[in-house]
Amino acid sequence: MFRSLLRQQTTVQTGFRGMATAAAQTQRIKKFQVYRWNPDTPEIEPKMKTYEVDLNHCGPMVLDAILKIKNEQDPTLTFRRSCREGICGSCAMNIGGTNTLACLCRIDTDTSKDLKIYPLPHMFVVRDLVPDLTHFYKQYKSIQPYLQRDTLPADGRENLQSIEDRAKLDGLYECILCACCSTSCPSYWWNQQQYLGPAVLMQAYRWLIDSRDEASKIRKEMLQNSMSLYRCHTIMNCARTCPKGLNPGKAIAEIKKQLAFD
Amino acid sequence: MLARSGLGLLRKPATGAMFGASRLAVSRMIVARSVSTVKASHEQEQEILIAQRKNRPQSPHLTIYKPQLTAILSTFHRLTGVAMAGSFYALTCGLAASSILGLPFDGASLVSAFAALPVAIKVFAKALMAYPFAYHFANGIRHLVWDFGKELTIPGVYRTGYIVLGFTAAVGSYLAFF
Repeated sequence: MFRSLLRQQTTVQTGFRGMATAAAQTQRIKKFQVYRWNPDTPEIEPKMKTYEVDLNHCGPMVLDAILKIKNEQDPTLTFRRSCREGICGSCAMNIGGTNTLACLCRIDTDTSKDLKIYPLPHMFVVRDLVPDLTHFYKQYKSIQPYLQRDTLPADGRENLQSIEDRAKLDGLYECILCACCSTSCPSYWWNQQQYLGPAVLMQAYRWLIDSRDEASKIRKEMLQNSMSLYRCHTIMNCARTCPKGLNPGKAIAEIKKQLAFD
Repeated sequence: MLARSGLGLLRKPATGAMFGASRLAVSRMIVARSVSTVKASHEQEQEILIAQRKNRPQSPHLTIYKPQLTAILSTFHRLTGVAMAGSFYALTCGLAASSILGLPFDGASLVSAFAALPVAIKVFAKALMAYPFAYHFANGIRHLVWDFGKELTIPGVYRTGYIVLGFTAAVGSYLAFF
């Protein structure tokens, strides 16, 4: 029963695809310009390479297109990807001028315009579209992103939290650390070594306002200097680019407010 | 490939020890070897990272990022602020220096020099001052609103951004032409 259903679906799908191609008749060739750099030949400058993909035979997302290019045209094209549904944050890259996840970004079907794909801006490039995120992860580690308590829970078993306190974490805990926001921030471009950047600061705020956490004083002291937090000039590129629709700029403003009243 | 081999912690493949082993065992060994890792201290890792970064290019940033209202307004806030502060200090220092050095540079001579200019240049000079002032003033208030945690959403940022641009056009024009 199950198998026959499957077979039916397959035939329906192939039938549909055939019909779609027949109806469209003309190919819809979209040009993708992709940033290329090979570490095996470091003396060759990074360059843009153009690939042509027929949108009639390609999935709707940019990730579908670059996977198709890698499978059919150029197996040396290198990029990170994993979940293909916007939950792992691996395929973060600069597509059409803004940072986003390739798996959540639809291909603009206007074939007269080329789509340009770069790695995340102002990062060291490991190869092609793969940036070196070592420093970004180190910065995340530096804010101690885990629960810190000196006292045991009241009932000896669980750290309870009211519904209101839990609601404060909404819009913060969903961050997947794809680094789209941090690498869209001009302040982070110019002061990457000292400024923590929007993604990491939003997680700092997530632990600051957690009612179960008891290390707020130390957490605030770590941010109380001119570089870690205050290089944020409220440019708001971070919230503009976040593929998960979160708002790191607002979180940073809330940290600034808390520190102002210390 | 050779250029890179010195930059990572590569484990030398143990060849020669596989004679006599069955094909299955060999394939198992290969699988086991391919996932094994090499321990490195924090200092070693840091050295490798620095060596790797010497070769790695920086990905393009300002030149390829899409111009958006968010970043453009911020850029102009910085530019107008620096320009106005610079001209303020230049004028004040100029006045201070003129009284010390006895140069003929004071308020009255400035006013008479400006009055002698043709109208077009007068309006142009006033516009050059008026628009940056109106913009920086309005955007400064926008920043104060943000510091209270208000209007810090993307719709809020765009709404207040367009209000600031409207204010700049209206007040800047008033100051420049009237």
